[in-house]
Amino acid sequence: MSPPEQSGAAARPNRIAVTTPPAATEPRDEPISRPPSTMEVWADRAFRASTLVIAWAVVGLVLYVVWDIGSAAGPAIRDYGGAFLTGTTWDANRNEFGIRPAIVGTVYTSFLGLAIGSAFGLAIAIFLSEGFLASGLDGALKVLGLADRPGWASVPGWIEDLLKTTVELLAAVPSVVYGLWGIFVVIPLVRGPANWLHDHLGWLPFFGTPLSGPGILPASLVLAIMVLPTISAISRDALVEVPPKLREAAFGLGATRWEAILAVIVPTASTGILGAIILGFGRALGETMALAMLAGNANVISWSMFSPANTLAALLANHFPEAGTVEVGALMYAALVLLAITLLVNIVGTTIVQRADAALKGLR
Amino acid sequence: MGLTAWRDAALAADVTLQGTGATFPAPLYQRWFTEYNKLHPEVQINYQALGSGAGVKQFQEGLVNFGASDAAMTDEEIAAVKDGVVLLPMTAGSIVLAYNLPGGPPELKLSREAYVGIFLGTITKWNDPKIASANPGVTLPDTKITPVTRSDGSGTTFVFTQHLSAISNEWKSGPGTGKSVNFPTGVGGKGNPGVTALIKQTPGAIGYVEYGYAKQTNMPMAVLENKSGQYVKADRESEKAALSSVALPPDLRAWISDPAVPTAYPIVTYTWLLAYKKYADPKVRDALKGVIQYGLTEGQKFSEELGYIALPESVVTAVSKALDQIS
Repeated sequence: MSPPEQSGAAARPNRIAVTTPPAATEPRDEPISRPPSTMEVWADRAFRASTLVIAWAVVGLVLYVVWDIGSAAGPAIRDYGGAFLTGTTWDANRNEFGIRPAIVGTVYTSFLGLAIGSAFGLAIAIFLSEGFLASGLDGALKVLGLADRPGWASVPGWIEDLLKTTVELLAAVPSVVYGLWGIFVVIPLVRGPANWLHDHLGWLPFFGTPLSGPGILPASLVLAIMVLPTISAISRDALVEVPPKLREAAFGLGATRWEAILAVIVPTASTGILGAIILGFGRALGETMALAMLAGNANVISWSMFSPANTLAALLANHFPEAGTVEVGALMYAALVLLAITLLVNIVGTTIVQRADAALKGLR
Repeated sequence: MGLTAWRDAALAADVTLQGTGATFPAPLYQRWFTEYNKLHPEVQINYQALGSGAGVKQFQEGLVNFGASDAAMTDEEIAAVKDGVVLLPMTAGSIVLAYNLPGGPPELKLSREAYVGIFLGTITKWNDPKIASANPGVTLPDTKITPVTRSDGSGTTFVFTQHLSAISNEWKSGPGTGKSVNFPTGVGGKGNPGVTALIKQTPGAIGYVEYGYAKQTNMPMAVLENKSGQYVKADRESEKAALSSVALPPDLRAWISDPAVPTAYPIVTYTWLLAYKKYADPKVRDALKGVIQYGLTEGQKFSEELGYIALPESVVTAVSKALDQIS
């Protein structure tokens, strides 16, 4: 059995002799391809089967968690039903449980934190992916007369890497450290401006109460920093993936840098950016420790971003260790609601991403 | 002879006691356990300060060798433990109202009406007449009051709300007594450190913490009006007076919800160590009894330095006697 390459080589002896060393033209003793051995076939099947099992195990695990929480929440769901979602009191002594303030607080802090975090995250991603640093530094190096020296050309790349790593490092800071930093740094920092806003613009519902200590704003600011690395890292990857041809075509059509970025590059990467924001939202919804320390743990519903609030995750963390049987059921119910909110956000987010993707493909 | 001694030592070696419970006495207990371990290297004691509720729960389920709680177990809870329960008051402490009031006096006096009102949310400004009337000659700022409470369930909250329920019908029929209650106002901090941090960082804040925490962090503590109408600050003498106001019953469960002695500080509590009446393993039983005896005698010397109240002689005698119930 002779492989087809050999016959091809024989047909063009001159070119082979010119381009490859003589050793390569010697006839091969062994065929260069062979059918997979039984062993390999089985290894392949086993690998495929195990990946399949593991993939489904993840789905199964999620379903199991939902089922387990759901069955623990069962009695509470029967006892409290829909009133649980609209009630505003959490009183373990009287077995009166309602989580509306916690739902509102969770959504409020997550949205506000995400809005701030997305704005900064996207800005960082654009800065790090569109060569702003390189052009700025190049100018500086030219002024200093160092631009042509060897070694200096890679400096912008280093600094970009350094910045990228630093932002990603934010993801590694423990939540409780963020909480402490929030209490000792963020709250005193925002108190002055917040109370100025309340004094002068207090008629706006968003500034309706003074900020005394913990509250929605400090919690959201810290959340914004916590979701920043997720959003900036994934958005940056999406921006880097935009084909260079598109970029060049935009410049070729006479677009300025900002026109190219805002009208061509960011919309092309929008699927990835939206994905980043949804991941960030998931993180914000589930964040526990920092919020338990900063949101104020008060069952209050207010439009004001300076008012203390409560969140579902903080409620769970605060009440689990000492909860009795009835309260544990109610907490499980609250956990189920948090899961449902997260799921809802993911579904809505995925739908938006798919729509955006489809619209973009239609354009191309 | 030498051989038996060696064998006895080997038998006695490596007893590990597991305990879970209140965070309030944890610094003192940890100190006892390390000191005891230095004297008796064969006894290791692990104490996890997870909170009074967790302490009682794990003790009931038999997951630990001993528990600890700031709220003595109720009859119902005791009935659920089949090996029987011995409640041992090991130390006592007071709960203070620490505050942060820039421009305020270092020893603010609060009447009973005032501090109940603050936590009920009916008194919202520091210059409220109900606060001002107890502090003649002091100009109080027009600052908003931010009450700080415990967001997690805790024995500290239990003792504090028990006291408020004892002095105010409005509190009793409102938020009531419990390890976590539905506070009508204020913000919540997690744990004593969380509450302490919030008070320190919030001008106009007032919150309840254990004396030790307030002392360590140098926060001003309010001088409270007691049952006899006297304004008393938390110190060694006023705490001891409060302890002396209630005689320990035979089961050693005494609630000092509102001491009637004129020199007593009003919010004082014992904290209990929970032991079973029967232990299957005599080594565990003897080790535990040894540790408790040490805590009652030598251990009391650490109390004051750590912000606790050393038990009166009569209480130490009563608790030592109760140790005999453990077999």
